[in-house]
Amino acid sequence: MDIIEHVGVPRYLHTDFPLGNPLGNPFDRDMQLIHTSMALELLRSASEANTIQRSPYSWDGDPGWRDDYSKVTNENRAELAQAGEARRALQSEMKKLNPRQLIPNP
Amino acid sequence: MLNIQGFETIVNKTYDVPYMERTRLYYEAQGYSEPYLWAHFATTPFSALQKPLSESTVSLITTAMPDTEQGRSERKLYSSLSTPAPESMYTLGLSWHDTVTHTRDTGSFLPIEPLLVVQDEGGIGSLAPRFHSVPTAYSQRQTLEEDAPELLERLQEDQADVALLVPL
Repeated sequence: MDIIEHVGVPRYLHTDFPLGNPLGNPFDRDMQLIHTSMALELLRSASEANTIQRSPYSWDGDPGWRDDYSKVTNENRAELAQAGEARRALQSEMKKLNPRQLIPNP
Repeated sequence: MLNIQGFETIVNKTYDVPYMERTRLYYEAQGYSEPYLWAHFATTPFSALQKPLSESTVSLITTAMPDTEQGRSERKLYSSLSTPAPESMYTLGLSWHDTVTHTRDTGSFLPIEPLLVVQDEGGIGSLAPRFHSVPTAYSQRQTLEEDAPELLERLQEDQADVALLVPL
């Protein structure tokens, strides 16, 4: 939500799910259809920019998922520093070959 | 005395994940000193529907790449046939929450089947013949000056009236 509010979008349906499953729980076809229908209804009903609607549904997995995303801890800090070094080395090589080459996100 | 019930409430508290702050701290831990500069509209554009949705062609845009040899090796703008819906998409390396969930079900991020259901029910005129994969580029210039104009051309080729962007 913070990115959306910062960037500014015409219309946005916010679903309270981990990134990767914006339409809902995997293999839950009913929920995926509901969210698609909600998005279409938002298209119909919105009358101004930055119209945001929230889905009433939540992910059925571990409720602690919100705390986990891109978490930096004392335990993983050294590993992240090493990953950053490796990534910068790879980026340097990729830029020489092809700027659009796939560079894995951290 | 510790209130166990209260502790559980705090641990499982529902809140909007502060992705911008998390991303900043994560990259900082990786040794990147300059935080990412997010795009921002001073005035957000808005266009009202020009016709009822029941008469509109709806195009779908995803940030997942086609699960092909080319899609797995190069992030760029791709256009793929909407039907049959793909059984898989390539999502490795995109910033989705891979420690808690998966993207093996394309239905969880690519609503082709639901849009076809809505089409059959008359809720939309039609699903556009192609859906489009857009790369999540760090470069705002690339997105604004290259990918977005090219995407718009393809949407117009498809005679799309509206577009749904469903980012991972």
